[in-house]
Amino acid sequence: MIVEFGYGILIISLTLSIFAAIASVYGGIKKKPTWVESARRAMLLIFPLTTISTLVLLYLIIRGDYSVAYVYSVSSSSMPTYLKLTALWGGQAGSLLFWAWLMAIFAFAVSLRNWKRDYEFLPWVILVPSLTLAFFLSMVVFIENPFIRFWADGMGKIYETMFQPAGADLILPPDGRGLNPLLRHPGMIFHPPALYLGFVSFVIPFAFAVAALITGRTDDRWIRITRRWTLVAWLFLSIGLVLGMRWAYDVLGWGGYWGWDPVEIAALMPWLSGTALLHSVMIQEKRGMFKQWNMILTILTYDLVIYGTFLTRSGVLSSVHAFAQSAVGPLFFGFIFITLAASVGLLIYRWKDLKSEASLHSVFSRESLFLINNLLFMGILIVCFWGVNFPLLSELVSGQKVTVGPPFYLRATGPLWAALLLLMGVAPLTGWTIASAERLGRTLWKPALISLVSPIAAAISGIFIIPALLGFWLITLVILVTFFEYWRGIKARIHSTGENFFFSLWNLTAKNRRRYGGYIIHIGVVLMGIGIIGIELFQTETQGTLTPGEELRVSNYSVSYKELAEFDAPDGRNVARAVLNVSKNGKPIGELYPRRDFFYDAQQTMTIPGVRSTMEDDLYVILVDWQPISTRMATFKVYHNPLVNWLWVGSLVLIFGSLIAVWPNREE
Amino acid sequence: MIKNVTSLKNLRQNTTIAAILLFTLFMLSAFPVDVTAQEKNPVTDDEVNAVAKELYCPVCENVPLDVCPTTACAQWRELIREKIREGWTPDEIKIYLAEQYGDRVLAEPPRSGINWLVYLLPPALILVGAIYLGLNIQRMKKKPIINTTHESTDPIQPQDEYMKKIEAELKKRESKNG
Repeated sequence: MIVEFGYGILIISLTLSIFAAIASVYGGIKKKPTWVESARRAMLLIFPLTTISTLVLLYLIIRGDYSVAYVYSVSSSSMPTYLKLTALWGGQAGSLLFWAWLMAIFAFAVSLRNWKRDYEFLPWVILVPSLTLAFFLSMVVFIENPFIRFWADGMGKIYETMFQPAGADLILPPDGRGLNPLLRHPGMIFHPPALYLGFVSFVIPFAFAVAALITGRTDDRWIRITRRWTLVAWLFLSIGLVLGMRWAYDVLGWGGYWGWDPVEIAALMPWLSGTALLHSVMIQEKRGMFKQWNMILTILTYDLVIYGTFLTRSGVLSSVHAFAQSAVGPLFFGFIFITLAASVGLLIYRWKDLKSEASLHSVFSRESLFLINNLLFMGILIVCFWGVNFPLLSELVSGQKVTVGPPFYLRATGPLWAALLLLMGVAPLTGWTIASAERLGRTLWKPALISLVSPIAAAISGIFIIPALLGFWLITLVILVTFFEYWRGIKARIHSTGENFFFSLWNLTAKNRRRYGGYIIHIGVVLMGIGIIGIELFQTETQGTLTPGEELRVSNYSVSYKELAEFDAPDGRNVARAVLNVSKNGKPIGELYPRRDFFYDAQQTMTIPGVRSTMEDDLYVILVDWQPISTRMATFKVYHNPLVNWLWVGSLVLIFGSLIAVWPNREE
Repeated sequence: MIKNVTSLKNLRQNTTIAAILLFTLFMLSAFPVDVTAQEKNPVTDDEVNAVAKELYCPVCENVPLDVCPTTACAQWRELIREKIREGWTPDEIKIYLAEQYGDRVLAEPPRSGINWLVYLLPPALILVGAIYLGLNIQRMKKKPIINTTHESTDPIQPQDEYMKKIEAELKKRESKNG
């Protein structure tokens, strides 16, 4: 009964979202406020309704109702409750429902804002989320229904349908298959929600952009309303990406955090265009320029969000042919095509209204540098988009599948990332509109010279890898320039208000959250850069088969094999756990326990590394293989990952900076 | 007599040696890995991984061969070890595997035919973008400065006002110092 209830509520939600779309368009065109208000209320109602459906599915998972196919496929009785919560988005149908539910939250929030000043936007701002919701909900209702159950007739034939087939009865499997073991990690509790929150919150700026295009109110009002939404979206997307990286590092057992996997890139692409947008909107706010470009970026980001979901949900990545097997792929494709065509059509229609109010006057002005920043982000985006899509194209054209792997991306994006670092060091020192090379040079030469200290120090200590030296120089430059900017602001405040240092730091940041929060984000990014340089350019590894007492050496560490034990854990897995003694420069510093978990329910293995992590480096040991009977010999792979912890520290700083930038001002 | 004792001793010694030899042989057959280690030029795991790192098996998508935990991939690594032992270069091994299993085992598409697109299109597009941007900046620079402060629709801009104050204060200080 409760299953039908959950499904019925979904159908009502779908009907309401279609109604909201139609009523908002009708009310908007015919200028009928009652219709618009009706659409708004429908929107408000969808959130509690989809919440009920989501809770029903969660209840089924937690109760362990394995007659429901989705519950059977993603959970099992041996899973702890917190993992059962994550099973909600651990499979296709559930994750689409979860996506729709998060979208409903944001649609609810945007419907609740004070619309007095921007009433003309309202119908069109309702239209976009309600159409997006209708799309996702129809997918859940018609194609990937999480409430489908197992039935068997007298002949033993099994059906997977929503409603009882004639002559068939419900079957209740004793246990489920369990969640994919790779997803049984604390990072997986927060990674998908954060990523999806980032995805859906980008829908709101897009909705306002469409509203601005339709109403012709193409001044910067829509930008001002949406900048916080964009920042929130960017923050969630960043958190999602970082958690995904951490999860890969902890769980996938290949010594790295980012493999340039198409699924990762699918999430990175909207982040790239979103970051470009966050920078270029500032030029529109300050100077009324690049309105057309900001529209393009907003539309692009929205469709990259849908495209990213499409890439990961349609199965197109494993093969172009898998794409045609499920209706999900073609529908996504159609939806992307329609939204893109409609918004580009609107953009062309309003193109002339979006002309810049001002023009550029100097290559070294801040607006020019922001444009170069955008070019670089677009460059990385092009590399990513093309790298992900080329294998699909190649398979279609020549029937030959190819792999576009890390070497391609590293070579293609490396110089672009470096150029972005350089801009990060230069741009804060330039002024708006009028700036000369000479004036920029005057402020830049000191930090540029001082920051040479770090590559010189690195070279003296024996590092001669040019990209690393360049990276260290740029990172130091950015840190110096950013601190200089802070110090300049603080100095001015102390002088004009007589505050002490800490108050003036506090007030400076509090009164210019976006700017100074942004600087903290820059610091976070370069700290992450230290970690990335460390692991990408200085990672070393070795592998060997050891008998107890033998050791492997990597960098100044040695690990010696002590023992290995195989046992069954109470949560339904078989564990092979090795004990290794670690010493650094000959001094014992502790033990590591790399292990291999085998999950009986899902018939899958997982490699969990033993990691010793410090700010200087990580020692990362994987149990590759062992002799099952005697457990006398085992093969280990040992990675030395210098500086990688800075990646995580930098991420925290980045999140902290974003929170400062997002925090609402008192006046607003 | 003495001689006999010695020969008996010798015999005993010989049997012990033979037993040890037999036992060792038995142990060696039980641990084939050890056999390779005792060869003149043992191929280390690191040598194998250096080649495997740049290869992908056709089944496990996007997992480099050196870290892929499946049995099939372990066999591939043994194949690589075999080839290195036979004196093949890493490139020869890669070409061989690509011929056997298709180009998808390589970390990057081989530079031939349609694959050139993957290498040429992104730099071409970035270049076009850069040229477009450069031309636009040049064109715009020629225009006179009409509107340096943008009239916003937002009447309240406390942040901007505040920044102006700070900038003014800074200018004052700079001119004093200079």
